[in-house]
Amino acid sequence: MRPNVIEQLIEAPPGSPVAQALAARAPLMQASQANYDAVLTPQDPGGLSQALRFALAARVARLGGDARLAAHYAAGGALPETDAGWQDAATTAILRHVDLIATTPRDATQADIAALQAAGVTTGDIVRLSQLIAFVSYQLRLIAGLRLMGATP
Amino acid sequence: MSDVVHDFTADALAWRPYLAPVVLDAATPAQRDALKETPSNTKISDYVLVLAHDPESLGQRTPLFNGIMYGRGGLSRAERELGATAASVVNRCIYCVSVHAGRYISLAKQPEVIAAVFDGTEAALGARDQAIVGYATRLALNPPQATNEDVQALREAGLSDLEILDLTLSVAVFGWANRLMHPLGEAIRPKEA
Repeated sequence: MRPNVIEQLIEAPPGSPVAQALAARAPLMQASQANYDAVLTPQDPGGLSQALRFALAARVARLGGDARLAAHYAAGGALPETDAGWQDAATTAILRHVDLIATTPRDATQADIAALQAAGVTTGDIVRLSQLIAFVSYQLRLIAGLRLMGATP
Repeated sequence: MSDVVHDFTADALAWRPYLAPVVLDAATPAQRDALKETPSNTKISDYVLVLAHDPESLGQRTPLFNGIMYGRGGLSRAERELGATAASVVNRCIYCVSVHAGRYISLAKQPEVIAAVFDGTEAALGARDQAIVGYATRLALNPPQATNEDVQALREAGLSDLEILDLTLSVAVFGWANRLMHPLGEAIRPKEA
């Protein structure tokens, strides 16, 4: 079994109530890791390279106030300086979309999808990007809750 | 468009995507495989067919989502739906709200709890509902604003650690679902039957 990133980032004191709750939900924690693999290191990355995915995940984690999670992702990739697969317009549009959906998804409209399309981001990559932003948003809330329940740090 | 819904409701709504859904007849083997994970034999929704553009993620997400919302033991199904609804209100996913507020009402028979969540008047609710809605609302914000006091209130209201973890998972998975469904489409009035 692959190591579980959430359980690498936080520690539930052995025998503690939070550790027991996590043990009772071990299948969900394994499923969470399978989702991490699917959005960070997919077999078919489409137009979103693995390095770009890690860089964007770091951005979502940072915007979500989780420096530790952001550092985990930042170690896995950075934004390309000169671009390998993306036009600058696409990268710019993607970053803008990441910031919007991570922080204020309530403000998203059809115009935001149209902006990605106008910048040349394909339908498949819009869905891949959406899943990446949304997964990290899930992960950072799960970690925040576990910390409040007594996991460290 | 005039059929778009902008206000919270527990009434049944429909959802219209901004992106073209995958056409089943033209789906790749990977897409067909991911679509097998969908919950039931009912017609595959446009939402799932839009997500099928990324079959790897869709195939993994469906069992996790179902495990969080319908898994055995721990927090009641109704209270998972309440956490999902509170998160969806924060993120203004009108369609998500309609589905999960409706499910909460059919399970718990307490429409007044949903009305309070819509109005932001949960302070008038009983201690347990108030603690659940308060924690869910603040955990859903970005960055998350839930505090030790919120968790303490859940414990004082009688929630076990397993129940608090289940609530956390339901709020977190709606932090995910809301960021798909609201940005990728809009809630509309269902066509007259």
